[in-house]
This record gives sequence, C-alpha cells and structure tokens, in this order.
Amino acid sequence: MTNNLRVKSSKFIDETYKISFKFNNKTYYGYKGDTLASALLANNIHLVGRSFKYHRPRGIMTAGSEEPNAIVQLHKNTSRTEPNVRATEVEIYEGLEASSQNCWPSVNFDLGGINNFLSPVLPAGFYYKTFMWPASFWGKYEYFIRKSAGLGKSPTEPDPDIYEHKYIHCDVLVIGAGISGIIAAKTSAKNGFKTLLIDEKPHLGGSTIYQNSDHFKINNQISSSWLEKEINEIKKIDNLKIKTRTSVAAFHGYNFLLARENLTDHLPLHQRDEKVRHRLLKIRTKKVICATGSLERPLVFNNNDRPGILLSSAIEKYSNLFGVACGQKNVLFTNNDSAYETAISLFQKGINIEAIIDNRENVDSKLVKEIEKNNIKIYKGYTVVNTFGYKRINKISIMQLSKDGQKVVGSKISIDCDCLGMSGGWTPAVHLFTQSGGKLKFRDEDQVFIPDTYPSDQISIGSCNGEFTLDEILSSISKKLKDFLNIKKTEYENLEIQSHFNKTKRNIWLLPSDKIIGKTKPFVDYQNDATAKDIKLALREGFRSIEHVKRYTTTGMGTDQGKLGNMHALGIISETAGSRMGELGTTTFRPPYTPLTFGTIVGRNVGEYFDVSRKTPIHDWHVENKAKFENVGQWKRAWFYPKENEGMHEAVQRESKAARDSAGILDASTLGKIDIQGTDASEFLNRVYTNAWSKLAIGKCRYGLMLNEDGMVYDDGVTTRLDENHYIMTTTTGGAATVLSKLEDYLQTEWPELDVYLTSVTDHYATISVCGPNSKKIISKVIPNLDLSDEKFPHMSFKNTKIDKVTCRVMRISFTGEQSYEINIQANYGKSVWDKCMQAGKEFNITPYGTETMHLLRAEKGFIIVGQDTDATMTPIDLQMDWIVSKKKYDFIGKRSLYRSDTIRDDRKQLIGLVTENPKEVLEEGAQIVLDANKSPVEMLGHVTSSYYSPNLKKSIALGVVKGGKNMMGQKLIIPMENKQINVTVTDPVFLDKENKRLNA
Amino acid sequence: MFLIHCPYCGEREQSEFKAGGEAHIVRPKQPTELSDDQWAEYLFMRKNIKGVQFERWVHTHGCRKWFNMVRDTSNDEIKAIYKMGEKPPTKYK
Repeated sequence: MTNNLRVKSSKFIDETYKISFKFNNKTYYGYKGDTLASALLANNIHLVGRSFKYHRPRGIMTAGSEEPNAIVQLHKNTSRTEPNVRATEVEIYEGLEASSQNCWPSVNFDLGGINNFLSPVLPAGFYYKTFMWPASFWGKYEYFIRKSAGLGKSPTEPDPDIYEHKYIHCDVLVIGAGISGIIAAKTSAKNGFKTLLIDEKPHLGGSTIYQNSDHFKINNQISSSWLEKEINEIKKIDNLKIKTRTSVAAFHGYNFLLARENLTDHLPLHQRDEKVRHRLLKIRTKKVICATGSLERPLVFNNNDRPGILLSSAIEKYSNLFGVACGQKNVLFTNNDSAYETAISLFQKGINIEAIIDNRENVDSKLVKEIEKNNIKIYKGYTVVNTFGYKRINKISIMQLSKDGQKVVGSKISIDCDCLGMSGGWTPAVHLFTQSGGKLKFRDEDQVFIPDTYPSDQISIGSCNGEFTLDEILSSISKKLKDFLNIKKTEYENLEIQSHFNKTKRNIWLLPSDKIIGKTKPFVDYQNDATAKDIKLALREGFRSIEHVKRYTTTGMGTDQGKLGNMHALGIISETAGSRMGELGTTTFRPPYTPLTFGTIVGRNVGEYFDVSRKTPIHDWHVENKAKFENVGQWKRAWFYPKENEGMHEAVQRESKAARDSAGILDASTLGKIDIQGTDASEFLNRVYTNAWSKLAIGKCRYGLMLNEDGMVYDDGVTTRLDENHYIMTTTTGGAATVLSKLEDYLQTEWPELDVYLTSVTDHYATISVCGPNSKKIISKVIPNLDLSDEKFPHMSFKNTKIDKVTCRVMRISFTGEQSYEINIQANYGKSVWDKCMQAGKEFNITPYGTETMHLLRAEKGFIIVGQDTDATMTPIDLQMDWIVSKKKYDFIGKRSLYRSDTIRDDRKQLIGLVTENPKEVLEEGAQIVLDANKSPVEMLGHVTSSYYSPNLKKSIALGVVKGGKNMMGQKLIIPMENKQINVTVTDPVFLDKENKRLNA
Repeated sequence: MFLIHCPYCGEREQSEFKAGGEAHIVRPKQPTELSDDQWAEYLFMRKNIKGVQFERWVHTHGCRKWFNMVRDTSNDEIKAIYKMGEKPPTKYK
C-alpha cells in the first residue's frame, strides 16, 4: 500500500512549502495548510489513540472541533506540553511534536487493550458498583484506576507563554463565517453596524468554500466561487472586524460572550517568543447572529469505532480542502443525501468508491442518479451489521433492513474497504444558543432540536437553525436579516439558486444487527466508550432522567462534551423508554464550547499580579529590616523581624519581651479607618455599637463592639470623638470594607433620616503605635510641645497636634495592655515619623514588632481578635463581654437577638482562658477540647482559638471556646492530640495585669 | 453577566455591583416588643421565587448607593430599577 494519499492539489494547501513534524517520535511530512489530522491521513495513518475505557484502537473521525478520538499530547518539553489537543484543529508547523495519549507502552501495543476483552464484565456504572466495597480499599483501587485511565499529561513547569484579556464592544457579533455568517456580516457592516465576525478555523467560508460540485450554484456560479467573491469584498469593509482561529467559548446573558483568540499556536516555536499566545476576548454586543453551522451525525451500529471509520463530511473535507484521500477502497454509509455529495467530490478527484450503503429504500435525487450513472454500486435499504480489522478497518458486512427498520433480513454481504464514511444526517450546533438561555424545540420530521425562543437580542441563521440546504438558507436569509437588523433591503433578495439536495432521511437511532445487542458494540460516545448497550442497561436499572443516564453511563462527559453522540443517546432513550424526544429535552450545554487553556482564563493575572496587594507607607522600611510578611486581606503586614539565626519563635519572644520591658513600635496603618460626620453621628454610633456613645466627650476614645442583626460579633475597634459632629472609627484590617458597606446599607436603607456621612480614609493615614513603659519618653522626644501628663492626656483620649509643621492625631489607646500612643499622620509622612520614633527610641532599645507579637501581647491581656477567637456564632455574652452591652439603650443592631431562646442558652460555647499542666507545653490552635477522652463517642466541648508561649509570664497561655465555659473556672480538661493527651485548666482569659496598672505605669 | 442601569451612574457591568437579598423587608421599629417567632420571621425568612423577585443591589465599585431591582429569576431579565425609598412598580406585584 502506498503511503502517500495526496490527490489532486488543493488551493488551500501550499505544496511548495513542505513541513516536517514528529508523531510518536517518527518524522513525517506535510504541507503548509495541513492540520495534524490531514497530514497524518496523507501519510495513511488513521490509528492515533486508544479509547478511554476499553483501550480500543481509534482513528481520526472528523475534520473539526467535534473530534472525539484523535486527541493528542503536543510538545515534549515539561513547560509547554499540552494534553487533549484535537489533531483536527492543530495546524502543523516545522518541528511539531505530537504523541498518542491513553496508551502504554505504545499506541500499537497497548496493555490496557485487555479491557476490550473484559468488556462483558465492564458495564455502565462498573466503577461505581465494584470499587465501592470495602471502603478502606479505595486507596488501593484508586492507584490502579488513575494509572490506567487519565487523558494525557499536564505540564510540570511554569507556562512560558503570555496570555491576555481584551474587552470588545460592538453592535453586531456574527459567530461562524460559513456562507450564512459571511452574508450576515456583510449585510450588517454595510448598513453601518460596527460588526465583528468570528470563526474558529484559520480560513473563512465554512464548508461551502470547498464545495466544487455544479449541483450547487448561486447566480449560475459554483457556490464556492460565488462565496469567494463575497469574502474578498468583506475584507475591505472598514467597520467589519474579522477574527479567525477564534473560538467562542461561552455565550452568557445580556449578550456577553467570551472567545479565545489563538495567535501563535500555528507558528514554529522559535517564532512565538514575546508574542501573546491566546487572547480571551470579553465581548459585549448589542446583537448576536449565531451562524454556528451543524455537525454531521455518525451512525450507531456494531463496531462503528474502528480506525478508518470517519464522518462522510470529513472525508469530503479532507479530499476537497486538503487534497487528501482517507482511503483507497472507500465505502459510504448513509441515511440521507449528504454522502452522495461526498461521493461526487471523491469521484471528481479520482478517489475510488467501492459502494454506498443507504438505509433508504427509495432514493432518486439528482445526486443519487449521478452516482448510479458512474456505475458505483448503491445498496438501498441496507445497513452495516459489523466491521472488521483491529487497527484499521478492512471489511464490513451488510444486510437488508426490515420494513420497520428494527431488524435485518436476508443474507450477509461482505465488502472489503479501508475507509468507511458515515452520515446520519445533521445536528444543528445550538450549544451557544442554549448557553445564552435559549429554549429549543424538537422538529419531528427530521429529528432535530432547533432554536425556539431567544432570551436576548439574537438570531440563529443557516444550518444551526435547522436550514440544511443551500436553497433553504439563501431563500430565507434576506428577510431574516431585514427583520433582525431593522433594515429595508439586502443585496441577497433575488438570488438564483440551484441545489439538488433531497431532504429525505431514514432516521434509525440504533441500527439493528444480526447479533443480539449484548454481543455488539455500537458506540454512542466514542471518547468515553459508552455504547447503546450501556444506555439500555441504565434504563433497565431505573434511570429515567437524561441527566442521570448521562452521569451513569458517562455519555457526553468527555472533552468533546458529546458533540457527536448526544442526539443518539437521547434517541435511544426515547425509543427504549417510549417517550417523545421533544419531551425528554436535552442535557445542559455548558461553557466552554471547546476547552480553554488555564493560561487563557487567567490572562496576565499570574505571579505577583494574581491579586492586588496593599502596602503601607512604611512597607519599604520593613523590607529593608528583613521583616517576614503575612497577608491580611490584601494587605502585606510585617509579621516578625528575625535577627540573624532567629526563627519565628525566637523573634516573637524577643519582640514581646522588649515591648513590655521598655518599648515596642508597630505599623498599624492597615487598620480600617472610617471618617464619620454629621449632626446625627452620635445617634448613628449608638445604633451600630452595643455600648452607649452619646455621652462620649470630645477628645475621648471608646472601644466598641459591632454585631450582626443576629446578635453575633461582627467587628470591633476604637472610635474617637474628634468634634461635636465628627468621629473617626477604626475597624479590623480585614473587616474595613465590609464594615463600611454594612454601615452604608443601614444609613441608606433603614435610617435615611439620619444626617451622617461616611468616608473611607484607611489609605489616607499612616498609623504608628509606640507602646511600653518608655513610650511616653519616646513620644515626648518626637513631639516635645505635647503635654503627655496623665492628667492632661489620660488613657483613652486624643490630641490634635503637630510634628514639625505637619498636623497629626495622637490617640492614647492600647491593644497590648501597655501604655501606648498611636500617631495618625498623613500617609506620605508616615515613613519619616517612623524614622523619628526609631531615632528617639534608640536609647530605650525600641523594638519593631509585627503582627505575631501583637497577637501574643493582646492574648496575655485576654483581648479578642474578631475572626480568630470568634466565628459567626459568638455573641458578646459568649465572649464574657457583658460589660460592653448597654442595658439602657432601647435598640442597637443585634440587640433583640441577644435574648432569643438560642442565644440565652447556658451551654453555648463561651470564651475562656486555658493554662497547661506543663507550662512549657504550647497548645495547637484549632485543637479539640474534651472532658473525658475515654467515653465513646467523645463529646467535643470546644476548641483552642489562640495559643502562645508568653515570655512575660514564662508559661504557655491559650484562649478557647468551651460549652458552658463561663461556669467551669478551675475545671480540668483534656486536649487529645495524635499521640498524647494534654491536661489543661480553665482560667480567666485575662492572664496579665488584671488591674490595668501598666496602662498608666 | 448582567448590564445593570445604576439609577445614579447609568449602565455598568454586573461585576461593579453586589446583590443584597430580598427588598422591602423593613426593620421593625420596636424589636424589643416582638416575640421570638416574629423576630425570627424578620431575621431569617426570605423568599426564593422562580419568577419575578424584588431585590436590593448596591453599586459597590461605583457610587456605593443601594437601590432596588425587579428581576425575573427564571431568565435573569431585569424588569425595573428604582431608588431606595421609592414605591415598587405595581405591575409586577
């Protein structure tokens, strides 16, 4: 057999431009314009992969994005290798390397092929049924299943390519550049609409562009010639943008669409450097015209999956567009006229056709007559009952169909062949239409789902709307476009059309065989190896919903999403269950239409651009001083400042000790700050905090707790009264944005009568907190004019002052329990004030500390951190903070919920302190707390929320929540760990300085 | 993705907005006088309609203003948008 199946040259292939590529490590040649599939076929290679479950040899089936079998691994290198690429969509380039997937050790000899012989014991749901039991064995099963399954390999190195996102706004988007799309785009653009035309292929014109038969003419020209002129014209229109190699992935509501533009995948690797590989287009358009075409249906018969079995339309495309014969002894099998179009193409190119098998008994269209005239044998009323040949089809046997099409009769005839084309009619590509929310209707006469109601300003035209013949399309397109675009006329009103296609079809979803169904393999979903037998089994086992049958048999769940087989699955279900197709509905078509790379989805948002990060004005200092950082929301906060050889523990112990013994300094700029102004500001605070605010004097600060309406603690912080009608509120670092939006919500929707204005000023101020026994001395050096005496500037008060000429606010508030001062200054002076404090504190060994030390210091004082010691189930009462809940106030957010039957229970989880029996033992945060570890089942009383070794108390301390903890002071409890139990005692959560002496020390 | 007509800023992408649940639930003026059941009704009970629903939305990444929206949840059609405090359009009730 010759290995070159290139036939008469095609104008789409440049035979002067030879390209070498590797497939499974062997070098082959193709031409510019070839896809990997067409180049392989030209080299007479059909076998490209193995199927997923039975590891059956599989070949190229289609010539487009619906390909289920010919999926390959591209590239060898570990950063660019890409699995599950459809060979039918890969344009070859010099140096391309592709290999088969899902086979080991090779595609020609695959050990998994044994599954094919085991198939009688591998029915639908086999994995669900078999590997369920015993449950503890799953780990072992999984290892083998994963090894033998799996589609391809992922890259293991970072992706070197560049991806990006782009927004596009237009008036009309036309999806699909076949004959309908070209006409629509030209009409739209010429009428002044800003138009975008998108097609997934590298060239325009769909399947009409390679249509060479004089059975199909427009204005007395062969349809392809007519269309070519139209294409040349649209390329010159200014307000029409054309994007090829671009696949619409998703059609969302309100005419928002996502498309993947492929820019470099067809180039040799060395030409791709510095170029964007894929671009995700985010398209918002006023109108959408879907001209997405249709997909040819395979036929479902015994062993319909062998290499060498293709869609009839694919054979036509390979011959007409690529100039490649798929075989030398071709047989076509059909239930409609499409295969005769293919036959005529092959005949014109001199490609041999052995026979045509037609399900229909009476056929006499002009196409059929031309074939008969050329002495090609047509078996009318016949069906294929079996095929032969393991790695390539070599023979078929056929039998006559009974009148009702349910049985075969008569004797078997064998026909030798090396290629079988099948045509089961056409399925409109309605995927994008249904994604947008469109509803389908079922057309009984030719058994297709077509668009019914449109959810947005869009139409479907051409074969995706169920118009399959040239005359059907062209006779209606003009009126449709006029109505849709609201225009008076088009240039396509009086086309003279010649189309010899006869629409009769004999639709049999599952073709009968001379064997019983249990002995046959009629594949419905090729990629997932689901057969008609599996679908029938699912129905016998009681599955009725199409969605359930899909999941049980995995029909339609491969990377091709069942583009070929889903209609047959529906047909077989409806026939077996006796329901009507239209009532059965379809499974949901979900985006993306064809798979997207992760690179396309994330675009430029990789590495440091993955998320926004916020940095304080003092950030650079922290970096220079070797701080380790932690993420708090989007903020980068200094976590601790290790000196040489210090780990986190040592650094935190040193920082904590210094802050209590002399002086510490913290960058607190990330705290949320909300500026509150208005004549009702005090009343507003009264309503949002649990404690009373109206009597807070100007110049004073107060700690407040904010609840949700359900009574649970939501946020906390200190608010300062700057003036009669002016407050500044601080929130937790992570809670700033949500607190502001919650406050706005109440202001705008519940209490619009209040005169209050909220402004986020978090980024406007740098906040520097100096704490410790020497803090007063340091601040007096930084701000010499400020009277820091306890009488003039007591704890929980504030002063407006100046550092040099810059105004700033100084609050005397403390989150550590030490005397401390917080300087708030315009952000751009933050760094210089920090430097001043460091300079002034040098003699006192001022020590910068990070969030970890801050957490330790506050835990010594029993101060909570909202979100660490609380979750959304803790009330202030649970936190033993009854003192902050005003009894006098008539109402505040969450008040009523504090005495619901559930919130007044005694056995709620309550905040307590924990000390370990061994003072050196530090508990793990999140560890469970129990009373009796021996009683089964063990009752979990609560868990540890914060835990540290306190260098100041020289012992381990922890906070936790425990059921009924309030009444358990002194109780011994147990923390069970993986290999030990830790004994703890419940204590008051305040471990240090209960009398608050240090605040004024 | 919706296109939402903010009553203060005009038409914007949905990503600028946040949904805020059912509209026209008034916070009781005297919560302390309500029984547990009455309070729970206000606190927890929300409609989940397939069809026309009244919702609150906020233009988070824009003017930060809250407003009301009438939306058909079965097909995401936005039927009407009106400011806080304005009466809901009667024809959808």
